[in-house]
Amino acid sequence: MSTSNGSNPGAPPETATVSLPHDRDRIDALQSALMFAVERAGYAKPSRFAIKLAFEEAIMNAFHHGHKGLDENLEIRVEYAVAPGEVLIVVEDQGPGFDPDSIPDPTLDENLALPSGRGIMLMRAYMTEVAHNASGNRVELRYVRPQD
Amino acid sequence: MAADSRLRVQSIEGITQVEFIDRNILDEANIQAIGDEISELIDRADVPNLLLSFSNVDHLSSAALGALITINNKVKDKGGSLRLANIDPQIYEVFMITRLNKLFDIHETTDDALKAFA
Repeated sequence: MSTSNGSNPGAPPETATVSLPHDRDRIDALQSALMFAVERAGYAKPSRFAIKLAFEEAIMNAFHHGHKGLDENLEIRVEYAVAPGEVLIVVEDQGPGFDPDSIPDPTLDENLALPSGRGIMLMRAYMTEVAHNASGNRVELRYVRPQD
Repeated sequence: MAADSRLRVQSIEGITQVEFIDRNILDEANIQAIGDEISELIDRADVPNLLLSFSNVDHLSSAALGALITINNKVKDKGGSLRLANIDPQIYEVFMITRLNKLFDIHETTDDALKAFA
């Protein structure tokens, strides 16, 4: 894991680039590092809630859907950059990718009782921008700090 | 209940009250353990009346919502009822975004939820 620290407003973003195994302790450690950076950059509680939720959903999607049926030991690549004005998180898996628009709308009455399919919609609801690459194995989450 | 239970459980007058101990209900192992424990409670009851309190919970993921839906389906299959209470406003927003506030019977406090069982 490589990191750079920018704890004052004029400093460059606080960044990390990590190859992450499907190991909860490692995921939690990275999540803690990200959330400390977000807190240091002065984001308020609702922003921190949004970023933590979207990070979790992106990581879980990569392992559970991106790597479904593949070697359990495959790692994903995670990058983040935390600046006072915005947070960027990139998650890339080694799977064949998928079409994010192929997931049925979980908010339709007929789908409400289905236990899955809400990760992407939550990312879209809480992030300013959610962009997948063409093959669908890489997602970029961008969160722009709300105006006070 | 197992020694490493993630739940605080008490049964009063036919209603099983469950309080989550964890602040974060995010990861799959944690969610699986919680789902298994609550499933056992449902299996043990003839007609399960279950009240879940979220007073300690700060974060939950879509996987946790999925587990709650599975619990709801199991309770309904046995003719019982499930109620949720003490949900933090930020988490309630997750229920609204996903429209799961329409699926679940959500109350502001455990007292309100208990009255609704009557």
